[in-house]
Amino acid sequence: MSVTVLIPGALRADCGGASRLQVDPAADPEAAVDLEVVLDELGRSWPRLHRRIRDEQGSLRRFVNVYVDGEDCRAIGGLAARVRGGSEIQILPSVAGGAGPAGPGAPGRKPGWH
Amino acid sequence: MAHVLAIGTEKGLFLATSDDDRRSWRLGEPEFPMTAIYAVGIDTRPARPRLFASVTNSHFGPSVAISDDLGDTWSEPDHPPLSFPPDAGAALERVWQFAAAGPDQPGVVYAGTQPSALFRSTNGGVDYQLVPGLWDHPHRPQWGAGFGGQAVHTVLPDPGDPQRITVAMSTGGVYRSVDGGGSWAPANRGIKAYFLPDPWPEFGQCVHKVAVDAGDPQRLYAQNHHGVYRSDDGGDNWQSIAEGLPSDFGFVMVAHPSTPGTVFTFPVAADGMRFPPEHLCRVYRSTDAGGTWEALSAGLPDDPYFPVVLRDAMCCDDSDQAGVYFGTRAGDVFGSRDEGASWSTIAAHLPDVLCVRAFST
Repeated sequence: MSVTVLIPGALRADCGGASRLQVDPAADPEAAVDLEVVLDELGRSWPRLHRRIRDEQGSLRRFVNVYVDGEDCRAIGGLAARVRGGSEIQILPSVAGGAGPAGPGAPGRKPGWH
Repeated sequence: MAHVLAIGTEKGLFLATSDDDRRSWRLGEPEFPMTAIYAVGIDTRPARPRLFASVTNSHFGPSVAISDDLGDTWSEPDHPPLSFPPDAGAALERVWQFAAAGPDQPGVVYAGTQPSALFRSTNGGVDYQLVPGLWDHPHRPQWGAGFGGQAVHTVLPDPGDPQRITVAMSTGGVYRSVDGGGSWAPANRGIKAYFLPDPWPEFGQCVHKVAVDAGDPQRLYAQNHHGVYRSDDGGDNWQSIAEGLPSDFGFVMVAHPSTPGTVFTFPVAADGMRFPPEHLCRVYRSTDAGGTWEALSAGLPDDPYFPVVLRDAMCCDDSDQAGVYFGTRAGDVFGSRDEGASWSTIAAHLPDVLCVRAFST
C-alpha cells in the first residue's frame, strides 16, 4: 500500500524540501494499517521530520495536527486511526501552537513565565 | 579580538558582536526565528569553540543545534540529540542549561533539562545520555514544577574534580554528586522553602540559580525563590546574604569570572510582585561575598522599569576586565565593560530575553 503525506512549509527543510512524500507502510496494496505505522515508516526515511511530529515516546506533539483523508486523527483513534492505500495524510501545525506549549498542570499557560 | 554576546530570546537567537572592545555592538538577524532559546552554551576547550543552542519550537518540540564557526552556521542532527529512554516514561520538553566539564574530560558536556534531569555527552555535545543516578533518585516523585516548569536549570561540574557535580532545580533544590553523577544527595541545609508546611525541608526548595565563586570552588551563591544565600562548604550549609539587597527575590546569580567574592544579581520585588524593586532597573553587586551590596545604575534607565531579568539572562565575559551583561523581558540588553560601574544599551526591543552568554574570539 502507498499513502501520500503532505508536509507543511515549516517542515520541508527536514525532508529535502518536499511538499508531499510517498510512504509505503505495507507490501499488500489492499492493506490497512494504523497511522502509527505510517509515521514510523516516514521516520525511517526522514528521522528529523519524524521527531518534529512525535516525541521520543511516540506521542503526537500537542500542537501538531494530523489529518487522515481530511479527518483529524485525534477524532478517529489518534495514532491507531486506520489508514488505507491511497489515503492522504496531511500534517499541519495547530494555530494554537504559536502561543507556546503549556506547562505541566497549567493548560494554556505561556511558556517562560517565571 | 571580537566580543560576541549570544542573546537567547522567546523568538530566536541574536548574536551581537563588538570589534572595539565592547564600546559598540552590531546586532545580527535572528537565528531560529520563532523558537524559544532557553540556553546557550560555549565549550572553549576545542581549538575552535563550539556553541550550543537549546531550540524549542512551540509546535515541533525541542532540539539542540551546534555551531563550530561562532554562530555563522548551525547544524542539527537527524536524530534527537537528547531523548529519554523508552522506560523513562518522559519526553524532553527543553534544555535549560549546557555546561562543559573540566579540561581533564575533553568531550564531556552536561545538559540540564525539563523535566528535571541531567544528561551527559562524551562526544562534545553531539549526543547525550540520561544520567540515571539523578533520574532514579527516590526524591524525584516529590520534585515539583515552579512557575517556569520543572527543570534542572543549573549544572556546575567542578573543573578541578571530575567526580564532583552540583545541580539545582526548581523545585527540588540543590543536589550534589561526588562520584561523577552515580549518586546524588540534596544540599539545601539553611535554604528556606516558605511555601511548604515545613519551611526547612531536606529538599523541595525552589532554588533559581547557583553560581560558583571565582576563587574557591567550595563557595557557592544561590538566588532562591525568596532568599539569597552563600555556602562556604560546597553546599553543606547555606547562610543568608540578603541583607543590603532591596529584595531577596530574583532569578539570576552571576559570579565574577576571576575576582573572588564578587557577584552580581538583579533583585525582583517579590514572588507576588514581579517588578524590579521601586520599579528601578538596577544591578546589585557585592565585592565581599555577599557581606554588602551596592546598586549599580550608571547608564541604566532612570524611568520606571517593570521587566525582570530571568535566571540565565545575566552573564560575564572572560576579559581581563570582565564585561557584565543582562537582558530583560522587555527585550532590552545592557552591557558593562567596567565590571558594572557603568552600562550601555547593546540592543533594545528584542523579544523577551531568556538567556545571554558572552565569549571572545
